[in-house]
Amino acid sequence: MSDTSFDTQLQTGEAGFGDYFALLKPRVMSLVVFTAAVGLLAAPGAVHPVVALASVLFIAVGAGASGALNMWWDADIDAVMKRTARRPVPAGVVNAQEALAIGATLSVMAVVMLALASNFVAAGLLAFTIFFYAVVYTMWLKRWTPQNIVIGGAAGAFPPMIGWAVATGGVSVESVLMFALIFMWTPPHFWALCLFMNSDYENAGVPMLTVTHGRRVTRRHVLAYTVVLVPVSVGAAFTAIGGPIYLSVALVLNALFLKGAFDIWRRDEAQAEADKYRVEKRFFALSLLYLFVHFGAILAEAALAPLGFGGW
Amino acid sequence: MSFREQHELHKRRSGLNIGVGLVLAAFIVLIFGLTVAKVTGGDMQMPSSEQVGATSDGNG
Repeated sequence: MSDTSFDTQLQTGEAGFGDYFALLKPRVMSLVVFTAAVGLLAAPGAVHPVVALASVLFIAVGAGASGALNMWWDADIDAVMKRTARRPVPAGVVNAQEALAIGATLSVMAVVMLALASNFVAAGLLAFTIFFYAVVYTMWLKRWTPQNIVIGGAAGAFPPMIGWAVATGGVSVESVLMFALIFMWTPPHFWALCLFMNSDYENAGVPMLTVTHGRRVTRRHVLAYTVVLVPVSVGAAFTAIGGPIYLSVALVLNALFLKGAFDIWRRDEAQAEADKYRVEKRFFALSLLYLFVHFGAILAEAALAPLGFGGW
Repeated sequence: MSFREQHELHKRRSGLNIGVGLVLAAFIVLIFGLTVAKVTGGDMQMPSSEQVGATSDGNG
């Protein structure tokens, strides 16, 4: 966006299509699309391609809607934090009430359409996910407890479970493990970010662990949650979604992730500031790869199974 | 006759209108595709028990 257009936008106060689209947090939506699609494709049973496409799309719209509700409620703290200050509502491009209207409308639409396209279990899980993210996390936990990320992380963990429910109409050990993988991955991923973005949360008064308990405790928590994450990740290899490919990938990634968490744990602030949080930033980048490759491996197992290669 | 240069605001409004239009059009295509998939996949068929009931009601 050019400076000129930005100035005009401020004068007219009218948002463009891209500004409304940004309300739906497209980057989060892309992760939701990927994990929900993997959950759906890894599940036993065939789903018509159009039904699968529509279902994943409605799951993504539901996730985007909860993002818009989050932007409506958090406009005040988003404006204070550097990372979020340019979001459409704090930037003054989109009205907060518009964000609420778009979020609420798309939430209802996504749940109803998912129920029509697939089944009530999937739609119920999507409705619960939206409620959990918008109400339990955004309105309640985020400003109240330093464990906000831990419990709120559940909202981001539901998409593969919803995808699985689209195909099977239910919940199983495999879908719970995919949920647990994202759920246990979220705290170390986010706390690593907090370690090098601490001032942002402090300025906004968000009780992140780094703000309430300090960085030493946060470093310990990153290592502890990573240790708990390992058996979840490796354990999934021995279920219907796993196989030799997944197991190999999981062993390598968990070794790297554990080493990264250990490196974070043994450092102090002086060391971190000296190299501008290089280790923490590298761990954060690795965490993104960790989740993407895990779900990529689940997808590979599912795709190769018909050829006699995937699975055990 | 001279044409005034289009203001940036008009371009943005036009972009919004086109964007919303395309989203609605895609939604219609998706619903159409979903309907075809459901009908051809047998999801919309009446359960056999109800079909028997409907036939006997009609005859009775």
